[in-house]
Amino acid sequence: MENNIIIDLKNISVAFGDNQVLKNLNLYIRDGEFITLLGPSGCGKTTTLRIIAGFTAPDEGQVYFEGKLINNVPPYKRHVNTVFQRYALFSHLNVYENVAFGLRNKRMKEKEIRETVKQMLELVNLKGFERRHINSLSGGQQQRVAIARALAVNPRVLLLDEPLGALDLKLRKDMQNELKNIQQRLGITFIYVTHDQEEALSMSDTIVVMNNGIIQQIGTPKDIYNEPKNAFVADFIGESNIVDGIMRDDFVVDFSGHRFDCLDKGFAKDEAVDVVVRPEDVDVVPLEKGMLKGTVTSVVFKGVHYEMIVDIGGFKWMIQSTDEQQEGDKIGLYIEPDAIHIMKKSEYSGMFGDYSSFSEEYDELSNAEEPEEADGEEG
Amino acid sequence: MNKSTSLKTKLLNSPYIVWSALFVIAPLIFVVYYSFTDIDGNFTFENVLSLTAYTDTIIRSVWFGVVSTIICLVIAYPIAYIMAHSKAASQRTMMIMVMLPMWMNFLIRTYCWMVLLQDTGIINTFLGKLGISPVHMINTPGAVILGMVYDFLPFMILPIYSVMTKLDPSIVEAAQDLGCNRFAVLRKCVIPLSMPGVISGITMVFVPSVSTFYISQKLGGGSFELIGDVIERLYLTPNQNNVGAALSMFLMILILICMAIMNKFSNSSEEGMVI
Ligand SMILES: Nc1ncnc2c1ncn2[C@@H]1O[C@H](COP(=O)(O)OP(=O)(O)OP(=O)(O)O)[C@@H](O)[C@H]1O
Ligand SMILES: [Mg+2]
Repeated sequence: MENNIIIDLKNISVAFGDNQVLKNLNLYIRDGEFITLLGPSGCGKTTTLRIIAGFTAPDEGQVYFEGKLINNVPPYKRHVNTVFQRYALFSHLNVYENVAFGLRNKRMKEKEIRETVKQMLELVNLKGFERRHINSLSGGQQQRVAIARALAVNPRVLLLDEPLGALDLKLRKDMQNELKNIQQRLGITFIYVTHDQEEALSMSDTIVVMNNGIIQQIGTPKDIYNEPKNAFVADFIGESNIVDGIMRDDFVVDFSGHRFDCLDKGFAKDEAVDVVVRPEDVDVVPLEKGMLKGTVTSVVFKGVHYEMIVDIGGFKWMIQSTDEQQEGDKIGLYIEPDAIHIMKKSEYSGMFGDYSSFSEEYDELSNAEEPEEADGEEG
Repeated sequence: MNKSTSLKTKLLNSPYIVWSALFVIAPLIFVVYYSFTDIDGNFTFENVLSLTAYTDTIIRSVWFGVVSTIICLVIAYPIAYIMAHSKAASQRTMMIMVMLPMWMNFLIRTYCWMVLLQDTGIINTFLGKLGISPVHMINTPGAVILGMVYDFLPFMILPIYSVMTKLDPSIVEAAQDLGCNRFAVLRKCVIPLSMPGVISGITMVFVPSVSTFYISQKLGGGSFELIGDVIERLYLTPNQNNVGAALSMFLMILILICMAIMNKFSNSSEEGMVI
């Protein structure tokens, strides 16, 4: 991957009335990378894309394309194309004309148009669909027309706004692979928006985690997963147990009434910290061998593993293990130093990572009463 | 289950069926019946054949209808576009402005235009005050068409406006994204996608324009008799009802043909008509 910066957003702020949607956002995007904006609904992902595409003007801040300020360049002159959240296909035209739309605007010769459209439809596996009407296509097919239409004009950067949101799980997985392949084959920069953390982890070179219009963390999928910056990121990306701890020294941390070795350093002596332990990183051991001891309060079979909630001194941990335990069992838990991740305290401390409210009944209750509640958890 | 539902549906539909039988189908049958009978009720083609006497009137009616429909379209399209792209509050205000004339009786509206357009009317008085010599406006084809446009303009604006408000703004953005400037967006997206509204607007203006009466009598001074006026006159003349029926039937067929042609157009733009 090249190191050239293709898009640079500097100090971008946007408000709709009193609603401050983006707050001093800074982000640069390298040429040829697959970058994903990830965050809960309403966090400003679409708005960020619209600023890059030119549909929304930032109240403050600058947008650069290859070092040139493009704040005042209208959308139709930008080398950026969009796959819209709801496709936005031209229902008065057939598949062929949809894909050819951008090419005609470029005044390309009819023969070249035919070539390109053919190529694009092959790329998205829609050979033979040329004469089909848009409304006669399935969601996945419309999706692919939208991608072909945007790719046909050979953009430098493709913006994709939750392109797979409307598809079922199977098709989604297939399309994820297809998109990733297309991106690698064409070497185009993809800026991808999703609120599905799994999708983000499996497809991206870089992930940008956003919340409330503020970037929480930028990093590779591994960085984001293994070294989340704060409790929000840790919780949003996968499952996490987040407990209060105190850093006793470099590589030594106290939490849940036990002293652990860890791999983190550079904190003040006795600094209060958030400790993240992923459910799959906890080993279940016989009671007497456990660093921590707890009681299993619930067990759910998930196929690959059992998901257990374990009460450790009043704090509920989520633990994933391939060995089945019974409810009420007392078990010991063993945590390796590299399974522990230490984070500085943040505004999100104490808000996430406790599974005491996590049970089937609660889920149903909260879903019925406040459907909004579950948003952060789902992804 | 299925059976009772269909029975229920039938029961629910029955008032409508009775209504259309009584007030739509029956009159149509009467019109056809009178068209082909003489005063004593004997079958005849006389009435239909005598329509050749009205060729001029028919041509003039169609011509006036076409012209006023085109003028309506030219005026209405930009208005509908501007309305659909305004803030919600101003959309409501403009909507009221469009509808306001329709709250007034059709006859009174036409009379008002008479007062305005007469040689000694308000406009000419005003022009006179400015030192401009009076312009002859009343009793010209222009005056008749003006009256039609004024009366039927809302029927053109409303369907176009309604289609435009339903147009997904992201379609316009997609077009811009793919290299269309504002005019290209209009030409390649907005206009084709608003065709269903345009087509039902054309139908809703053309049909009443062709069949209108009274406007031409008042604003045309009787020199530009239209089909509607002739039908009125024939029905008011004793012994001429059957010719009037034949002319009505002819007008209906004419309108049906026009609508069929319009439907052909709208089928290609798939949305279907509002009408
Ligand atoms: N045109 C607009 N006018 C007013 N508010 C807007 C407008 N566009 C977006 N917003 C608001 O800005 C906030 C961020 O919206 P945005 O569409 O960027 O969210 P998102 O991260 O894409 O969410 P989702 O995942 O649901 O698509 C939301 O609170 C939304 O209501
Ligand atoms: Mg969005």
